[in-house]
Amino acid sequence: MSWGTISEGLAEAVRLILSLDPTVISITLRSIETAGFATFLASIIGIPLSLVLTMKNFPGRGTIKFLFNSLVGIPTVTLGLVLYMLLSRTGPLGHLKLLYSVQGMAIGQAMLILPISVTFIVSALESKMGEVNDLARTLGASETQVALAVLRESFNGVSLAIISSFNRAFAELGIATMLGANITDLTRVLTTAIALETNKGQFGLSFALSLILISVVLLMNYLIRVLQGGET
Amino acid sequence: MSGFKIKQSTYIFAVIFGLIITGAAYRVAVKPKPHPPLIISTTTSLYETGLLDVLKERFEVDYPDTTILFVSQGTGLAIETAKRGDADMIMVHSPGQELGFMESGHGVNRKIIAYNFFIIVGPESDPAGILGMNPIDALLKVQEEGVNRDALWVSRGDNSGTHSKEKSLWKSTGLDLEELKVQPGGDEGRHWYIEAGAGMTATLQLANEKGAYTLTDVATYLKNYGNGNIELVKIVNSGEETLNVYSAILCNPKVNEMTNYVDAEDFLHYLLTDDVQELMAGYGIDEFGSTLFKPWMPELETPGSEFVKWVEEYAYYDGNECPEEFRYQSGDLYG
Repeated sequence: MSWGTISEGLAEAVRLILSLDPTVISITLRSIETAGFATFLASIIGIPLSLVLTMKNFPGRGTIKFLFNSLVGIPTVTLGLVLYMLLSRTGPLGHLKLLYSVQGMAIGQAMLILPISVTFIVSALESKMGEVNDLARTLGASETQVALAVLRESFNGVSLAIISSFNRAFAELGIATMLGANITDLTRVLTTAIALETNKGQFGLSFALSLILISVVLLMNYLIRVLQGGET
Repeated sequence: MSGFKIKQSTYIFAVIFGLIITGAAYRVAVKPKPHPPLIISTTTSLYETGLLDVLKERFEVDYPDTTILFVSQGTGLAIETAKRGDADMIMVHSPGQELGFMESGHGVNRKIIAYNFFIIVGPESDPAGILGMNPIDALLKVQEEGVNRDALWVSRGDNSGTHSKEKSLWKSTGLDLEELKVQPGGDEGRHWYIEAGAGMTATLQLANEKGAYTLTDVATYLKNYGNGNIELVKIVNSGEETLNVYSAILCNPKVNEMTNYVDAEDFLHYLLTDDVQELMAGYGIDEFGSTLFKPWMPELETPGSEFVKWVEEYAYYDGNECPEEFRYQSGDLYG
């Protein structure tokens, strides 16, 4: 191999994007949708959970936070393997028919990114908690009003947590492979397509798909920067 | 303290982003699942040539109600997937493991569909001097040169069909594989027998980097050689010992009642039709410059031939491709 493969990969990526290759588009959209669903699930669970963890003092709170912190680094294949055994047709949850489906993949990815969301959202909320809490309470705010105020004040941190979770789900391979099995037109996403093309020795195409993946991540991060009103 | 005000544009962006995620969530949540698909777990060497996608496309034209899903794995994993009930049919290439699959009660109605040959590839300089030897002598020589000088061997080491073929070749040499794995090589005392634990392309890459020999299927080799990924050349060619036989086995509906037996049976019959067998014979010439799979059914027209005897020796069980006890409502499948 030489620089040839890399430059071919670059050229191929540009060609695939410019020609709007239908297969590549559908794979990319499937990746975005699956990770989007996962992010949605992780957010509707993660945000309320983080608020509770930040504002309420109850026994076991430290342990829960510790567990979520630790699970941030869980290997995707491990989670994928556990979920595969559960969702397998002969497994305990086989009747849900989630194996080899994007829904199953999305749920798996949601479980992967929930610890990331919770850890970063809690940290964002905690940094604003002190000042907002004191002021809001002085003004006679209710518990819910305080929660909303804290959430609003930590908007930048929370949105960053959510976008990071999305990126993690979008770029993971283990769960998509174990639960989706990279089936054409059904569960093939960018990462599994990259793995397949690499296995086939098609490094140029593989590299091109990787560049598309990175472009989407960059775009998402650019969006979040604009969203936070930072310098662009 | 900046107050509770956030810029209006920020809200607009937040709402847009929220809508995108919610939209994606909705689309994924309501996406229909094909019902009920025919799931086939298959060996990577069949899938990655693209042959199966062609067969799928054609089959789905003739049987519009059926959707085929291929799960591409090594033979060992493909069998495990089927045992767990996560596939309705397997297409693999490892007669020993296939027998185990049927003996466990999970597989029925095995049919041989195609064959080709494995080859041993290595660096052009051929450090062990095995060019043109028969595979068994070649392996013996690689071991000898590995221990005494600088020849190296890379094994798949991943329980795939190719790996199990490699193990059986070493067994034929009379050497003890477990011993070979720990033998220091002549070159700086490192092991000469390297286990990659990886797929065929990654194994070829490793062999290429190390200037080692390895056993490979023809399709994966040609693809990587054609792309310029590797410089290894064919050192030991086809022969009886390197025969590679692909079979299809259905999952036993008596063991797993959820299995899609009806469609699997249709597809099995379809694989044996003249059309498909002819298609296989011509497949890959354009892309690889060589045929990849030779159809098996035409060989049966000359039952006594030397070649058929090789296959019977290698891939039959007591003179039968699928002994009576492993058949299930087989009808005219076995003539």
